[in-house]
Amino acid sequence: MKAQNLKIKDYCRISNNKVLLNDKLLFEDPTSDFTTFIKLAYKKMDTNYPKFFKMDDLSKLGFLATDILLKPMTQDPEMPKNIALVFSNSASSLQTDRKHQKSITDKENYFPSPAIFVYTLPNICLGEISIKHRLHSENSFFIFNHFNADYLHAYASSLIKTEKADEVLCGWINCDAEDYEAFLYLVSAEGSIAHKKEEIIKLYTTK
Amino acid sequence: MSDLKQELKEKIITQLNLEDIAIEEIADNDPLFGDGLGLDSIDALELIVMLDKDYGIKLTDPKEGKKIFESIEIMANYIAAHRTK
Repeated sequence: MKAQNLKIKDYCRISNNKVLLNDKLLFEDPTSDFTTFIKLAYKKMDTNYPKFFKMDDLSKLGFLATDILLKPMTQDPEMPKNIALVFSNSASSLQTDRKHQKSITDKENYFPSPAIFVYTLPNICLGEISIKHRLHSENSFFIFNHFNADYLHAYASSLIKTEKADEVLCGWINCDAEDYEAFLYLVSAEGSIAHKKEEIIKLYTTK
Repeated sequence: MSDLKQELKEKIITQLNLEDIAIEEIADNDPLFGDGLGLDSIDALELIVMLDKDYGIKLTDPKEGKKIFESIEIMANYIAAHRTK
């Protein structure tokens, strides 16, 4: 597959209490906080994966956006599963890091939670996704100041060009306090949008 | 003892984020791991922390947890016999 022939097959956005697939609104709940919103979205999307509720907010966000994009593919045993994951954000796992820090600050009341500690790395989110979709593929989680279309474009193109992956799920999953955003897109041989930096920026900035 | 069992069921559901399980669905002798509630190794560590934090019981050998956390019944008996708070 030549990198210049690659396409963006589908894209998913979760932000501002909305879930969109290819700009089509799948779910909206304007009034709830993130915890309630993501739980309602999970139920609406018929995700059915009880471990979801044990995840931290970053993993919930990445997991749900990925599930919307990959579920139709990974449920089909005939479909190729060499789908690499290339995620990025600016806050890393800061929200969960703060929770963990809070639990270890008071030496008289020192009870760190193992269930929180295991999420003090952003790439744990990729592990959760790989387990659910049975992916044994390449995965990377990059930390940037801002959404970096240039880097994601080059990295995804390289993975496919060098035959490390058949398809690449790329994007931005950021979560800090009540500020959250997921934007994921699937780079593939199929699709109607050209896999170009300008197109990625256009999709990302059209909110 | 039945109050303690009820308390443990509530704590397990809340602290282990068992969103889709109701208290009445957990029988006293149901296995907590494996085919029962399906808890995992991280849940086992959370239960060890809970014993320490809420009941003043320190498990020095995590392998002890395997027997203690077999069911609500066994867990409640152990806590009643060893609790310091």
